[in-house]
Amino acid sequence: MATATSPEFKTITINMGPQHPSTHGVLRLVIELDGETVVSLKPVIGYLHTGMEKSMESKNYHKSITVTDRMDYLSPLGNNMAYVAAVEKLMNLTIPERAQVLRVILLELTRISSHLVWLGTHAIDLGAMSVFLYCFREREKLLDVNDMVAGSRLTPSYFRVGGFYQDVPDAFVPHVRKFLEEFPKALGEYQSLLTKNRIWMKRTIGVGVLTAAQAIDLCLTGPVLRGCGVRYDVRKAKPYSGYETYEFEVPLGKNGDVYDRYLCRIEEMKQSLSIVRQGLDRLRPGTVRADNPYLFPADRTEVKLNMEELIYHFKIMSEGYSVPPGDAYFSVESPKGELGFYVVSDGGPIPHRTRVRPPSLINLQALENMCIGRMVADVVACIGSIDIVLGEVDR
Amino acid sequence: MGIEELVPDGILTTTVEKMVNWARRSSLWPATFGLACCAIEMMATSAARYDLARFGAEVFRASPRQADLMIVAGRVSKKMAPVLKRIYDQMPEPKWVISMGACASCGGIFNNYAIVQGVDTVVPVDVYVPGCPPRPEALIYGIMKLQEKIDRQRLKQPDPLPDSEPPPVTPEASSASA
Repeated sequence: MATATSPEFKTITINMGPQHPSTHGVLRLVIELDGETVVSLKPVIGYLHTGMEKSMESKNYHKSITVTDRMDYLSPLGNNMAYVAAVEKLMNLTIPERAQVLRVILLELTRISSHLVWLGTHAIDLGAMSVFLYCFREREKLLDVNDMVAGSRLTPSYFRVGGFYQDVPDAFVPHVRKFLEEFPKALGEYQSLLTKNRIWMKRTIGVGVLTAAQAIDLCLTGPVLRGCGVRYDVRKAKPYSGYETYEFEVPLGKNGDVYDRYLCRIEEMKQSLSIVRQGLDRLRPGTVRADNPYLFPADRTEVKLNMEELIYHFKIMSEGYSVPPGDAYFSVESPKGELGFYVVSDGGPIPHRTRVRPPSLINLQALENMCIGRMVADVVACIGSIDIVLGEVDR
Repeated sequence: MGIEELVPDGILTTTVEKMVNWARRSSLWPATFGLACCAIEMMATSAARYDLARFGAEVFRASPRQADLMIVAGRVSKKMAPVLKRIYDQMPEPKWVISMGACASCGGIFNNYAIVQGVDTVVPVDVYVPGCPPRPEALIYGIMKLQEKIDRQRLKQPDPLPDSEPPPVTPEASSASA
């Protein structure tokens, strides 16, 4: 008869998720435990598989932008950017200066709002409830920006191939400037709640340590890689949308633990604020559409008066625009890491294939290395520090 | 006026049904069933600006056994559907379901091989909240509609099933009515 001391009771296998408050969505982990120590850990994914890449093969280039929003729904504009930039690369478009600056401003605001969700949920997982409420208080102001420019809070689909459909409203710049004034104080509040908090430090320092070599071997990107002290940021390595002209630092960690990743992301938010400030200063009036007549819908008043415009309106709304044959890969620094889109065109209005390089999926590989030999409670801290979004992992 | 004249101050009379419905409607405990984008808006609904506590429904429970409202927030994949059903079955009666967003209600923009075309094919849904994702105001409105629905519930005679067929019309009955 098996007893508690016999070999088959040495370890016990438990199932964490897919419905679990700390797995940030529907991640499932099969954890083998020896007492409370993790012996092995296997993520089981696919509980949110949406078939997005396949869906994009049946939608024209314009309609696919809405699908990218729902991939990493914490930074919808980052996804928009990677996708439209890949298509723009195929079409060889030049984006007007104003559109490029606006894109940088919006991308950095999105980075802040994504990091705020990460901070709030990470803190709630480790028992600090109030941080979540403060983070969402600030995040609402950023969602107001989305609401203002695109009419939707969470899934704006604001970026278009070739720039923007419409310019930002007049209230945009004052609203963002007001946010820039208020946010440093709020960031100080979060730090005063966490950075020197003894419980927070005990739960995060020395937990989930990754060495730089391990991180590079696992192809990690984003704050998880930079927390290990590796200087790699797509905005610096392969600048896009004019990032090479902005002055900002790439924050690095030293020990590669959960605490360093936390410090990296907090510092990144400060750097993003500085980028937004520089962007607002160089914002000049001008067009936000690339010089290509086939990309944007017809003028609404012209459609009502002019036959040719009406025909064009039907054509662009039903068929869309064609993209020259070829393939293009474009990657951006999303809040989670390097997000890339690979688009293959056969010359028609619908992509032959679209493939995503999701940073969350690739960063999730590091979870087992972080957790082995640690307590089961540290698993929660490690998941939070990777900042995964299951919509992007499973797509 | 009635029996209230005879009893001391501080005592109200009501029906058991009204009292039970009042208690059930005023403290809905939702299960945290965040799946996708809508879950972020659900979190926003319970957070600082929108403050779901004003409607008595802010106690999000991680265990289905402590919850009586399931807010299905996001797209349900075919792999997730059995899990969803199981969690619904684990919730104690009485229980209600809000389908939040286009994907949970009808599949949304994802009409493909991976996504269940409406969570009502898996569990019975009480309130559908449209939007992609719905704004927090919309979710709050959905919860208020559910509260109205709970207020109308009868303790003894449950509501007839919406898809139950009307009694068959016999020739005698139709001739009698004519």
